[in-house]
Amino acid sequence: MNAIYILWLRQIKRYFRSKSRLVGSLGQPLLFLLALSFGFGPIFQKAGIGNYLEFLAPGIIAMGILFTALFSGIEIIWDKQFGFLKETLVAPVTRIKIMIGRTLGGATIATVQGIIVLLIASLIGFKFEMIGVIPSLAFMFLIALIFTALGTAIASMLEDMQGFQLIMNFLVMPIFFLSGAIFPLGDLPESISIITSSNPLSYGVDGLRGVLINSSHFGISLDLLVLIVTSGILLLIGGYLFSRIEI
Amino acid sequence: MKDAIVQVTGLVKKFGEIEAVRGIDFSVEHGSIFAFLGPNGAGKTTTIKILTTLLKPTSGKILVNGFDPLTHQNDVRRSFGIVFQDPSLDDELTAYENMEFHGVLYNIPQKLRKNRIEELLKFTELWERRNDLVKNFSGGMRRRLEIARGLLHHPKILFLDEPTLGLDPQTRNHIWEYIRNLNTKENITVFFTTHYIAEAEQSAKQVAIIDHGQIITRGTPEEIKRQAKTSSLEEAFISLTGKEIREETMGTKELFRNSHKMWRRS
Repeated sequence: MNAIYILWLRQIKRYFRSKSRLVGSLGQPLLFLLALSFGFGPIFQKAGIGNYLEFLAPGIIAMGILFTALFSGIEIIWDKQFGFLKETLVAPVTRIKIMIGRTLGGATIATVQGIIVLLIASLIGFKFEMIGVIPSLAFMFLIALIFTALGTAIASMLEDMQGFQLIMNFLVMPIFFLSGAIFPLGDLPESISIITSSNPLSYGVDGLRGVLINSSHFGISLDLLVLIVTSGILLLIGGYLFSRIEI
Repeated sequence: MKDAIVQVTGLVKKFGEIEAVRGIDFSVEHGSIFAFLGPNGAGKTTTIKILTTLLKPTSGKILVNGFDPLTHQNDVRRSFGIVFQDPSLDDELTAYENMEFHGVLYNIPQKLRKNRIEELLKFTELWERRNDLVKNFSGGMRRRLEIARGLLHHPKILFLDEPTLGLDPQTRNHIWEYIRNLNTKENITVFFTTHYIAEAEQSAKQVAIIDHGQIITRGTPEEIKRQAKTSSLEEAFISLTGKEIREETMGTKELFRNSHKMWRRS
């Protein structure tokens, strides 16, 4: 337990000390929130679907979490390259505990990121169900867990940052754009619909919408089920790949 | 050898087709200072990684402090402290936090941990700087901190992979004083590699020279000099391993690390 705690604490300390990372990781969600909601808001309104900012905000919260969580996986490569990973790998602690500690740390940070985006969104006019805040934290944490574990799995197999960047570009953007974060999932062409329904982020975004603005496409219980199962599977894969790292 | 803390027999490590270590035997006496010398790419670091459970051997038998790294991984890990060839500190944490992290990972009880950290940071003259981030430390301070950290859990043996690489003669001297001091005071076995052969001649009681994955000679510095008929260990080393310059293959990891170093210094 102690080992998991200290690994978690290290991630948290590093995050709050890196002011540039804190600020930098907020720029993108903020830009999306402003540009998209003010840009598409009127059209959305005319189409009779309602307030676009309300629809968009949960999607951008999920986006903030997705980015932070996946990139916290990059820290494994960083630690591999700058040597700190060795320090943890020669310690009398099982690899699984190391992986769990790191993943929980990354997921906590990503959740904090999600909360910050929620606050920013409410500042620019996002109105949500107060009662949904607590369950929304659970959804945020599940999204964070899934993508931190995915980042860990990918980073465990890679040696350098370049490869990671490539995968990120082919992964982050599709996961984000094809998740229903910025458009409604109903009435989509079938091919796109198949992709969006096999994207775990879709269920995260949908779950957040369900609890925050009372509108859900899949239903909150299905969202929850898919997220829990996916995070379980990805934690297992990530743990397995992490335990096979050789330095 | 009786009373050996490290016992290696027939150790082989293959990476695919390449045989990095080809059946080596050696042992390290309890409480001694042991130098493991060899040109670049001879198999030193690979051997240390195997002894410290970071790599699994292809074949061969190893005992570290009486434990087999394959079956008693955690017992072996508790037995040694290590200072790696390249830095392994967390730059974004303070010196104290790096120590604390290590202490918690090794499950040292809180009170003992606190005392031991203070004792070691004072011993390595870093106590005044304990709350500074490691990224503001010089190379010599980092090395001292790594040595202090490696000693935190009272290891029986300390592995030092090129502990003085890239340091100026003053700092090197300083660090060797600590190491010799430790060896006599706390009776810790020291297992080190270096390219500064004079350091080995000065401090080591036992030396083994490895080249192309095989041990080519072992003994005290005097015995090796006598065997090679040279006046210094450095000459003996060159006469035994040849004058040819070895190219160490630089992986992406090293390239990246080097470019990072340059970037930080500029």
